[in-house]
Amino acid sequence: MRALLVLAILAGGCADVWNDPYPASDRGKNILYSAFTERPKHLDPVQSYTEDEARFTQQVYEPPLQYDYLRRPYALVPLTALEVPKAVPARGGGVVYTIRIRRGIRYQPHPAFVPENHALARERIERLDSPYQLPTGTRELLADDYIYEIKRLASPRLHSPILGLMAEKIVGLAAFAERLRKFDTRRQDWLDLRKHRLEGVEKVDDYTYRVHLKEPYPQFVYWLAMPFFAPLPWEAEKFFHQPGMAEKNFTLDWWPVGTGAYMLTQNDPNAKMVLERNPNFRGEPYPAEGEPGDAAAGLLAEAGKTMPFIDTVVFSREKESIPYWNKFLQGYYDASGIPGDTFDQAVRVAVGGEVSLTPEMQAKGIQLRTSPDTTILYLGVNWLDDVVGGASDRARKLRQAIAIAVDWEEYISIFLNGRGVVAHDPLAPGIFGQRTGRESINPVTHVWKDGRAQRRSVEEARALLAAAGYPDGRSAQTGEPLVLYLDTVGRGPGDKPRFDWWRRQFARIAVQLEIRDTDWNRFQEKIRKGSQQLYILGWNADYPDPENFLFLLHGAQSRARSQGENTSNYVNPEFDALFERMKAMPSTPERQRIIDRMVALYRHDAPWVGGFHPVTYGLSHAWMLNGKPNNMARNNLKYLRVDVDRRAALRAAWNRPVLWPALLILAVLVIGSVPAVVSYRRRERMAAR
Amino acid sequence: MIAYIIRRTLYAIPILIGINFITFGLFFLVNTPDDMARMQLGVKRVTPEAIEKWKAERGYDKPLLYNAAESGRRFLTETIFFEKSVKLFVFDFGRAEDNRDIANEIRTRMGPSLALAVPVFLVGIAVNITFALGMAFFRATYLDLWGVILCVAMMSISSLFYIIGGQYLVSKLWHLVPISGYAEGTDAVKFLVLPVLIGVVGGIGAGSRWYRTLFLEEMGKDYVRTARAKGLAESAVMFRHVLQNAMIPILTGVVVVIPLLFMGSLITESFFGIPGLGSYTIDAIQAQDFAVVRAMVFIGSVLYILGLLLTDLSYTLVDPRVRLD
Repeated sequence: MRALLVLAILAGGCADVWNDPYPASDRGKNILYSAFTERPKHLDPVQSYTEDEARFTQQVYEPPLQYDYLRRPYALVPLTALEVPKAVPARGGGVVYTIRIRRGIRYQPHPAFVPENHALARERIERLDSPYQLPTGTRELLADDYIYEIKRLASPRLHSPILGLMAEKIVGLAAFAERLRKFDTRRQDWLDLRKHRLEGVEKVDDYTYRVHLKEPYPQFVYWLAMPFFAPLPWEAEKFFHQPGMAEKNFTLDWWPVGTGAYMLTQNDPNAKMVLERNPNFRGEPYPAEGEPGDAAAGLLAEAGKTMPFIDTVVFSREKESIPYWNKFLQGYYDASGIPGDTFDQAVRVAVGGEVSLTPEMQAKGIQLRTSPDTTILYLGVNWLDDVVGGASDRARKLRQAIAIAVDWEEYISIFLNGRGVVAHDPLAPGIFGQRTGRESINPVTHVWKDGRAQRRSVEEARALLAAAGYPDGRSAQTGEPLVLYLDTVGRGPGDKPRFDWWRRQFARIAVQLEIRDTDWNRFQEKIRKGSQQLYILGWNADYPDPENFLFLLHGAQSRARSQGENTSNYVNPEFDALFERMKAMPSTPERQRIIDRMVALYRHDAPWVGGFHPVTYGLSHAWMLNGKPNNMARNNLKYLRVDVDRRAALRAAWNRPVLWPALLILAVLVIGSVPAVVSYRRRERMAAR
Repeated sequence: MIAYIIRRTLYAIPILIGINFITFGLFFLVNTPDDMARMQLGVKRVTPEAIEKWKAERGYDKPLLYNAAESGRRFLTETIFFEKSVKLFVFDFGRAEDNRDIANEIRTRMGPSLALAVPVFLVGIAVNITFALGMAFFRATYLDLWGVILCVAMMSISSLFYIIGGQYLVSKLWHLVPISGYAEGTDAVKFLVLPVLIGVVGGIGAGSRWYRTLFLEEMGKDYVRTARAKGLAESAVMFRHVLQNAMIPILTGVVVVIPLLFMGSLITESFFGIPGLGSYTIDAIQAQDFAVVRAMVFIGSVLYILGLLLTDLSYTLVDPRVRLD
């Protein structure tokens, strides 16, 4: 027994790391370790539209423009373009954007650029585990590749989510899509889009192309920073169209081909995806300017140095939050969010709302970065509903009463651990048009007191309710209690506290709330048909422009009437007219005045009765440098640096194997089996009775 | 025996058609092709045209069960049910809704599933039988009593608790193995130790109690008394006689699950990041990917029928009295 204890103590002091999930050959290498929860559905730039996918596609594909990594408010800067293009008026009221791209940019090594690989035998393809087992080549990036990608928006074989929008903007795109649809009758053949002319996109020379828009659309430049407008070499489409490729999951949807800092060399969306440094990447200098505080935070230490800094990025699939979180704490992921049930373990919120890391996190040198999302989640009202919808004075007062009664500050505190900001208007933080300070508050729901916004009292809400014809929550005409219905997408039994909270909010003004908990599809169906009354939904910005939020309330975008994005089906002719004026304006004081008026109308009409903007809390280890949240840009990997030696030292210190408990359990089992053995031997020796 | 196998195989066809029909019915009872299209096309900027296009490309623009617009045989064949079901019977699973080849996915994921399930199965049987034999050997003693209490306690604990507790103790506190992940080849061992251990420990309670009951039933029979009467040691009685004769009920429970080992473990694979077929099925259910759900249910049914057939055949091996005619 004594020997066993000595062995256990010795084993407890063992210095080697046993729980490293990565191969020993990776140790000491310049690798960033990250994780993904949802497997991406599309990596084809013309189809991909979610954040989960963008974190891969935006490292590989390079549209002409990108967002400045450090500066705020968000600003566009050239990526492959020489400058941010300006709209030039054209005949017929349209505009033209001329995009000039840099010379000498080369694609990543890829088998598509080797002509022999375009005629592979099916048997050879079947033997491949990865396209990169074939000989690879490259070529220079040309304007043709950008034009090819714009044509792919209209391909009948693909599903581009922005085709509908762009068909309204780009000259000839709608007709081009229709022509392609009629032409494309033999799906087994490769559809060579080079042979089909798109009127609104014109090649000037090998490094210049023009896009003709039907009307001024200043937000178009933001689209030029998204993978929808990244270059796509025709060779890649032809290569992946060979018979046998799809059966091996070798498609453009899974194997992107680009000019970016990284190339996807391993794609097993079930377990692991690996980005490796593109050896043909031209190199890009780290930005030299940021916003105030960036220099002090060390974010400008690498100014002017050539990016990327990391050789490989390994994304492992973690479907469950507990293993993800624990591996982060062990140092096996370089950064992490904070799962809801571990928030208290990671973060302390002081009485005044100040946020800081717990001592345990601080001891590990973990850094916390917070950033308001360019997202809004709101409690919407269906404008078509007889009770709460419409422009009548009665319905408006009812909505305003609800807007006061629903205490979003409390919601954020209880359910989000303070990770949110109350929305006083439809615009997300940092978007042009949103005011700050006293001017930012919604006077219908809040007052400015002691230098901050304070929610109006329930009594004021009750007074509004009475003015709406529901004194004490009952109809003044019939005496019937007012019952409202909230449609929401349930996630299981864990939603009960949330539902109870909602009921309590309405009960504060004596209104009964019935919650219609349903699945996503049924919820969408109700929204589509306009049969909901109250509902909860959100919007994540495509680009940092007020148009991308205010269009959610534009009458012409009504979901029930025209399948647009205005799920409240809100209509206000003045708001709509102002939107039409504002949407194509540059961000000038005049535009600000229009937005102010639109926001005032929104607050008065209350088509959304409040909401909030989530705040992202990100954690990173001390060895991960240059990290700064950027809600618009996902091509952030090239900016990051990892101090590999420090990581290795800390991982070793944090993960020394502790053997004594296992040995103790073994000892208990052995000792516990002694009576059985003794008894067995006694029985075996026992004489028959 | 060959005639028996052929007969059972033919019986399987209507069963599989029925299962396919029920799967189809249950799935489309709660989902419409429009729902599936929306699920795949995302949340933002999904137009009705895009939905119609998605459905047409995948054949979901046809009626579910009967096509009133067609005549003759096409009345039934030009439907979603027929088109999606017939190919399954030649094991052509088609493509998932995210366009990945299902057969390729199954081939790729079968290995990790088996790497987890086979050790859990084999080690689990060995441990359970050993533990049960021990309890039966010491029947009506305090060792048996405490063994049964331990089994009941272990049965009462949720499998999720074993997983989370195991990860917390073995990986997080003691740093003995990785918390989650997977690697190919021999590197897989360090990732599999903990889930296998948890799988085995989690199954001890129910498994051992079941085997103990079987052994006790056998031990009460005349041939055991005869064996003892002729002076055989208790160990010889237990291993040579009781264990052998308890094999038929053991086989009933064991052989039938052998083919199902391919299907993987839904929860364990998710928590340990093992990219197996269980994880694949869960993903498909969450993504409302009917193509994958249908394929996995079909394979599961085929394997279950195969398991039952193997069980019947195995009876003939352990009990010479059994004849399959």
